[in-house]
Amino acid sequence: MSALRPNTPRFVRDIAHARAGDKGNISNVSVWAYDPEDFDLLKRALTPERIKREFPALVHGRVDRYVIEHLHGLNFVLHDALEGGVNRSLNLDSHGKSWSYLLLGLKLDEA
Amino acid sequence: MTAFRIGTGAGFSADRLEPAVDLAERGRLDAMVLECLGERTVAFGHRDRMIDPKRGYNAHLERRMRALLPPCRAAGTVIVTNMGAANPRAAAERTVEVARGLGLKGLKVACIEGDDVSAIVPKDQPFMDEPGKLSDVGLTVVGMNTYLGIDAILPALKAGADVVIGGRLADPSMFLAPLAHRFGWDPADTARMGAGTLVGHLLECGMQVTGGYFADPGMKDVPDLAACGFPIAEVEADGSAVITKLPDTGGAVTPATVKEQLLYEVHDPSRYLTPDVTADFSKVQIASMGHDRVRVSGAGGAPRPDKLKVTIGFDGGFQGEAGVSYAGPGAQARGELAAEIVRARLAKMLSPQADRRFDLIGTASLFATAGLRASNAEDVRLHVTVRSTSREDAELMLWEVESLLCCGPAGGGGFRGAIAPWVITKSALIDRSQVKPTLEVLVA
Repeated sequence: MSALRPNTPRFVRDIAHARAGDKGNISNVSVWAYDPEDFDLLKRALTPERIKREFPALVHGRVDRYVIEHLHGLNFVLHDALEGGVNRSLNLDSHGKSWSYLLLGLKLDEA
Repeated sequence: MTAFRIGTGAGFSADRLEPAVDLAERGRLDAMVLECLGERTVAFGHRDRMIDPKRGYNAHLERRMRALLPPCRAAGTVIVTNMGAANPRAAAERTVEVARGLGLKGLKVACIEGDDVSAIVPKDQPFMDEPGKLSDVGLTVVGMNTYLGIDAILPALKAGADVVIGGRLADPSMFLAPLAHRFGWDPADTARMGAGTLVGHLLECGMQVTGGYFADPGMKDVPDLAACGFPIAEVEADGSAVITKLPDTGGAVTPATVKEQLLYEVHDPSRYLTPDVTADFSKVQIASMGHDRVRVSGAGGAPRPDKLKVTIGFDGGFQGEAGVSYAGPGAQARGELAAEIVRARLAKMLSPQADRRFDLIGTASLFATAGLRASNAEDVRLHVTVRSTSREDAELMLWEVESLLCCGPAGGGGFRGAIAPWVITKSALIDRSQVKPTLEVLVA
């Protein structure tokens, strides 16, 4: 199940996979490098500061990043980032299930 | 001691039934868990119960029990479920009736109550992760349920129950309890509690660990997802486990599917709070043991929290949703014009408190707030959502959107609209000592 890695990866999705979950108005997105060799690149590309900067109208709170070094994974906790959460959000995706693809859609070279 | 085989028969309230029956028939399980509650599911259950005191449990309970009780009894598989939702007693009584109808004489159905804490929580109860207190809200409370852990479930297993039914039983606790019962784990043994909680956490969402919620064609392909199998954990006495599924089912169990589920709805991986333990998933080892077999080990834990989480459900009024589609050249501009028209007219019509949102599916919807937008889309759908304590606001919005068919931009078609009741939930923390779970065993 390895990714069809392009010669020059351009997007986070080219080197990593991700899953989003919600609790209240907090979204968490875990992002995992397919290839351990890309983990450093992933860590450089996805920083809490960048995620805040990319989605200022969505992510109102702080962004925490937990590094799971031995599994080559990052867990992002995006506070106040679900338009009020499942109770208040009028987004069709009120759980923010698709937020994983917000991160996977970011370009690697604009970090 | 041989491994304990535990599997998932439902990972959410509307999960599939036929793969659960397959697992019950072929899985040689010691225990099957059906996890069927989300935060808002309980509140909707309370609403149902207000309308009919015999209801308030999972809508699929009877069908599930009719299909699962015979194979589970034949295989000696204990069923643990929170399908009782807002009415565990009615769910247990209904299950006994189903068992009698199937001729399963002597089947023991345990009913766990005590998660309904509406009589305990005071009016000035503060909320957990937001300012304010209960009495500030100004909406009708429909129900209050606290998360029960293994201390509520173990007595039912010790009483020899074949089926354990509760309401707000915590998701991982329903898996941890049969493990602790079989292996004689001490609830104060935080390492074992952490290990068993990891098993529960990985299995509680059903197919999310066997290939569901995972496929991304070309990047992460999953075989035969239409026939995906539910997960099985083969758990050893030390708490380590192999996650797998039945042969000849679709889906996949790989280190990647397990990793994604490992941190699903987790914040700090070293501090995952449940009623049973402060679990530590930060040092978990994940190893492939062959086709569709992944070994997990190394979970740890610290003592359980002193406080229990309570979910408080409020009557949130109604949500209306309606849409009209536009396709072909200029579709995006026509859809945007339609949105402007409805927005302007609803501004004069709806009560000011009614929340509203205008999406143009195909151009900007899920990622609209995030600021991502497609340009020149040629197949778009205006989707309007209104939420209000007044049903009339939702009805007026549906009428307005439908009126676009004759009064709006060119070529609009495919109106659909629906109104549904809405509940709001908030969380609070109460002292564990205030919660007194009860057990009654009914016999078919």
